[in-house]
Amino acid sequence: MSGHVFHPGHAELHGITVVVETHGSRTYVGRYDMEDSQGVHLLDVGVHEPKASMSKEEFIRKSAKFGVQSEHKHVIVPADRVARITRLGEVVGS
Amino acid sequence: MPYNPALVAPMRAEVTRLGVKELTSAAEVDAALGDQKGSMLVFVNSVCGCAAGNARPALALALKHAVVPQQIVTVFAGQDLEAAARARQYFGEYQPSSPSMALLRDGDVVHFVHRHQIEGRSPQAIASDLTAAFDKFCGAAV
Repeated sequence: MSGHVFHPGHAELHGITVVVETHGSRTYVGRYDMEDSQGVHLLDVGVHEPKASMSKEEFIRKSAKFGVQSEHKHVIVPADRVARITRLGEVVGS
Repeated sequence: MPYNPALVAPMRAEVTRLGVKELTSAAEVDAALGDQKGSMLVFVNSVCGCAAGNARPALALALKHAVVPQQIVTVFAGQDLEAAARARQYFGEYQPSSPSMALLRDGDVVHFVHRHQIEGRSPQAIASDLTAAFDKFCGAAV
């Protein structure tokens, strides 16, 4: 293949933009980097708070259509808070 | 911080050998995208192999299609910082990501391929989406 790959040997989701839904009220969209004892590391992350003007579903759909509005360079979501991880590219409408 | 230029050179060449014009300064971007007329594809190149390793071959496949944009240009995110930042100013509400591709018509973004629409997909699948957009927005009847 003609692509030049710089990140061999990483986790399957490394470099993939994902939606991380939590057992709490926050939802994160960002680039999956790795998981370690601290939790799931995300880069260039947008965060949905329950008091936001749009619903979680709208936040995810907007991220899928217009891209991730990065609010944080790096976020660690504790593993026990993670309810579900989905590829943003699999979100309908992306 | 940009990578070693020698390391990045093959990634630039993979795009420019297709006849794509590389824009490396804000002035070059403004000259190409300011008052843009007709159809133009802006390919935002990237070092990241997770996605760019499929995006560049996808572009190569798509440019073999019968209908292609009138102009095709590229900026290199993470390398030509000023040019990439300026190009993104022309993308309206679409958030920065790299690699990505913006299809413009008369200055408006009419189709955008984000990084997350490239990740994990084959060059053929990405090219298929691109050529569908070319057919829709770059044909003579548009």
